[in-house]
Amino acid sequence: MSTQPNPAAKTERLLNLVICLLYTRRPLSKAKIRDAVPQYGTTASDEAFDRMFERDKDELRDLGIPLVTEPFDVFFDDEPGYRIDRREYALPEISFAADELAVLGLASRAWAQASLAGPAAQALRKLQAAGVERDDSSLIGIEPRVRTAEPAFEAVKDAVLKRTPVAFTYRTAGTGAVGRRHVQPWGIASWHGRWYLTGFDTDRDASRVFRLGRIEGEVATDGQPASYEVPLGHQPKAMISTLAVERDPQPADLRVRVGAGHSLRRRGGTVCKVDDSWSRVVVEFTDTEAFADEIASFGPDVVVENPAELRESVIRRLAGALGPTPRGQEGGR
Amino acid sequence: MSSKRTGQARQAGQPAESATTRLSRLLTMVPWLLNRPGVQIEEVASEFDVSPAQVEADLGLLFLCGTPGGYHGDLIEAEWESGRVFLGNADTIGRPLRLGVDEALALIVGLRALAAVPGIGERDAVVRALAKLESATGSASAGSSRIQVAIDEGTGEQALALAQQALAAHRRVHLRYLVPSRDESTERDVDPMRVINFDAHWYLEGWCHRAEDVRLFRLDRIEAAAILDEDGTPPAAARPRDLDSGVFTAHADDQLVRLALGPGATWVSDYYPTESVEAGQDGAAVITIRTADTAWLRRLMWRLGSQARVLEPPELALEVQQGARAALQGYGDSAGLTPPSR
Repeated sequence: MSTQPNPAAKTERLLNLVICLLYTRRPLSKAKIRDAVPQYGTTASDEAFDRMFERDKDELRDLGIPLVTEPFDVFFDDEPGYRIDRREYALPEISFAADELAVLGLASRAWAQASLAGPAAQALRKLQAAGVERDDSSLIGIEPRVRTAEPAFEAVKDAVLKRTPVAFTYRTAGTGAVGRRHVQPWGIASWHGRWYLTGFDTDRDASRVFRLGRIEGEVATDGQPASYEVPLGHQPKAMISTLAVERDPQPADLRVRVGAGHSLRRRGGTVCKVDDSWSRVVVEFTDTEAFADEIASFGPDVVVENPAELRESVIRRLAGALGPTPRGQEGGR
Repeated sequence: MSSKRTGQARQAGQPAESATTRLSRLLTMVPWLLNRPGVQIEEVASEFDVSPAQVEADLGLLFLCGTPGGYHGDLIEAEWESGRVFLGNADTIGRPLRLGVDEALALIVGLRALAAVPGIGERDAVVRALAKLESATGSASAGSSRIQVAIDEGTGEQALALAQQALAAHRRVHLRYLVPSRDESTERDVDPMRVINFDAHWYLEGWCHRAEDVRLFRLDRIEAAAILDEDGTPPAAARPRDLDSGVFTAHADDQLVRLALGPGATWVSDYYPTESVEAGQDGAAVITIRTADTAWLRRLMWRLGSQARVLEPPELALEVQQGARAALQGYGDSAGLTPPSR
């Protein structure tokens, strides 16, 4: 664009505009601003200046700079004036102790590999601008890491914060069925290292949980911001975790090869010797299919004696591993 | 917005930094510098994660800006010839800009997650920092309670306490450690380096004397642990692993495995680092994994049953079949050892 020769000149213009609007006590008219910020003076026409100024204003507001529009003259209130509210602009004077800055540093670095890495680092710098250096020495090597590998994260997070309805294509677990979903996002949570969205599915007229990793393609906005209410005190983590339905545990009677099945033996209620090559281990489980996954992964080292349902599920997997090219028949959830 | 800078000077061909990204840095850099007169350029570069040349360019730009008038006394004073930075006449932008929504969110969600860690020892500081931050951010932190991170779902509270204790005292630890991918219980001495929470599991990273290399140990797989009365300083050559691509690290000389996945098994490509994923029809996929050890893949294949098949290498495909056949023999006649014919 001809009015935007290079980013450095634009940064200079925006910075001068910020300083000018913070410096002024009274709102400034556009004409005054054009005089005061040297980079506007070179703009060819009034129209070009107007366009440039409008865009600059929007970009400053996107950065969170409280640029306000006020009548600058009580007698001519048809022309607006502009200024930046100093009190609204500045980070409140808060002083953090060194150990507080250290945990803030940890919280910031937790996002180092996530999509919020930039904002997390910038936030910490702002808090440290006052001059206090953090004391990392007391935090002996503890490093939590959050990841946001899911491409949908940014769009979904913004929709949650702004309460904007969204639509997306979703791949259902197990069946692999793909369909369009319309959702009022309530919250997101990272649970066992994966991000989930909680919300109200308007097609199904019920609350639902979605895994961000199963969203395919773009997340589209599907309504206005703040156009619905989130249930008071909504806790996404709690809603997601209750989906892992707890059923009554039942015992599985297993034959485990000596020297194998360590994780089962560790959990096992009863362990006794059958002969020199096998032990008998009794383990409690709740979800037959999930436990069959685990048992099958031991291959020839673990045999299910009881219950029959678990036995059949394991046999089905092992027989499947012998068979031809995969199709979509087996559940395997 | 999601860019992760490397701290290197921008290379030709990389997209130029946007004017607003740079403005945002400058508005933070000015108060930071005003409070640290005489700070070294290198330190500024490291704090702001840019090259020293970029810091000098930023100072050069600041030097051109100032309050309306454009006279000498109106401009920001910046001096850095000596390698030390002095800034003046910049009080108008002498306070940092308020935290933006994403900035407040990242810190608040991170602190709340930390507060839930058992025995972190810094809980008091976490609570204090959180309270100050929430009051300072006001409306920017509204809605942050609806974004949550559970970093402490892996169990192993005792092991976590022990690992922290060993790290603080620089002591070697002895571990009985379960390697589920090989169904092995192992004994090892480890010099602890750090404790990491990754994908909701706690890991101890340290120099393993058995492997003679840096290893990660998932705390909930430690069967027994003891702190030894021996110095646990890792060798100077021991470097923490770069965890950018996950806890699994592939080496160029690892072998390539190609798997055909049915629609019920494509989650595998979400859980394990893949070299390539080719989506097929009806939700099926063909993926390539690079790995040194194929024991875990055999186990994965038994578990996935008819939902997955090893395409390459053929030896692995054969091992999977032989293992499945041997396992089915354990079930005798009821297993119906006549598989679907090939």
